[in-house]
Amino acid sequence: MCQVDEEYNSPLEHKSLPAVSKKCMKCKEGTAVLIIRVGDAFCRSCFKEYFIHKFRAMLGKNRVIFPGEKVLLAVSGGPASSCMLAQVQEGLSRDAPKKLRFMPGIIYIDEGGVCGQNAEEREKAVVQLESIFRMTGFPYHIVPLEQVFTLPESVLEPVYSREQPGSSYKAAVDQHIRTEVTRGHGEPAVEETQDAVGRLSLQASTYKPEHKLALEGLFSSLKTLTAKQDMLQILRHHLILHTARINGYSKVMIGDSCTRLAIKLLTNISLGRGAALAADTAFSDSRYGDVVMVRPMRDYSSKEIGFYNRLFEVQSVFIPGLDTKTADKASIQRLTESFVVKLQADFPSTVSTVYRTSEKLHTACPPQSSTTEAAAKCLLCLCALDTKAGKLQH
Amino acid sequence: MAAPIAIHLEFGGGAELLFDGVKEHHVTLPSQSEPWDVKQLLVWIRENLLKERPELFVQGDSVRPGILVLINDADWELMGELEYQLQDQDNIVFISTLHGG
Ligand SMILES: [Zn+2]
Repeated sequence: MCQVDEEYNSPLEHKSLPAVSKKCMKCKEGTAVLIIRVGDAFCRSCFKEYFIHKFRAMLGKNRVIFPGEKVLLAVSGGPASSCMLAQVQEGLSRDAPKKLRFMPGIIYIDEGGVCGQNAEEREKAVVQLESIFRMTGFPYHIVPLEQVFTLPESVLEPVYSREQPGSSYKAAVDQHIRTEVTRGHGEPAVEETQDAVGRLSLQASTYKPEHKLALEGLFSSLKTLTAKQDMLQILRHHLILHTARINGYSKVMIGDSCTRLAIKLLTNISLGRGAALAADTAFSDSRYGDVVMVRPMRDYSSKEIGFYNRLFEVQSVFIPGLDTKTADKASIQRLTESFVVKLQADFPSTVSTVYRTSEKLHTACPPQSSTTEAAAKCLLCLCALDTKAGKLQH
Repeated sequence: MAAPIAIHLEFGGGAELLFDGVKEHHVTLPSQSEPWDVKQLLVWIRENLLKERPELFVQGDSVRPGILVLINDADWELMGELEYQLQDQDNIVFISTLHGG
């Protein structure tokens, strides 16, 4: 199913202290403000340039987002997804070089119902997030997790468009250029539409009491924090996917950092999701067919993101989750995080080594080619089934 | 004898939950024979500011891995980490990058 071809010939560099140089390694003039990777010290302005450039390079290299395409940004309020939102804003700004040319929208899934928050706390978090979302001018969708019970069953069936995926990037660019020409400069029209849509954004949508109870019932039936965290992630994805479909978004951006992906990769192996590793951690994940998930933050460590947000005043909102204030051994996800982060503290190339492995993973048969075998997909995550459980029973 | 020093502490990314949800603290470290360093500051925070679950903030002599430390808006790795000698009016920031804070 998955293939790894990586030579492990670079020895892990042990962390050395104290730092030798306090000058920026890039411009050789500015005073360094942080160390990224092993021993690379950057000054404030070089760090900003490097960070912004990396986002556009990631999108440019992968060429999966078409000009004019509607892209849904999944923002949880946490540092990585808030930073992703800031990078999109930066990239769309009028004076940005290599301006991004897609139409973003935002989705926030309110998970408070399973994370022990009361209605008041949930409302407070939503208000804080809305004030950030409004300032972007992008349309946004606030979706309580309870709405997962209103989803049609069809959300779990992959939908494939007749168009051959991947072949149309150039066509989309040409189409976009033609549209811009006919519109004159194009820009004002695009921005007016965006403003109008922004004003029409869904206000904090509500949920029915019976769905609240159903959600609580579901989560209390799960006996371990590991299972709860896993279920929460799956339900989140279903809601994001459905919202993307009904609103015509063909891409979803997820703010997983490389630190998060390294943790996910090892967690998924421990959870028996080895066969789904490539789809769960790759830059783009097309398991759902018509909506493709992309991870544009996968080249940044959580440290880089933390520093960027602090130095350049990117607002994020801390919202307690299932694992807040839990011990290291509370769940497999938590334990793996603690393992990776501790190792990273002593061996700063830990995360990048795990992460590079994830880049080499491929799904042996791409999901697009297996339309006829829709039955052989997992009902929850839509990855190809790697078990023979069904057959054994008969 | 080193004179008492006033410093500004800030906790974010969920680390503030261990301090009654209070993000900013203006504190005065008492005078002592040696100058204050970050290692001693962590002991002081543990004894005077932390409200619960100290193991979620300090581990061994240092901060829990996954918590970023900034000294006057610079990476503490550039400043000598635990050995950095605190100055009056220093600004020390702790940001958790861990999932759930
Ligand atoms: Zn520089």
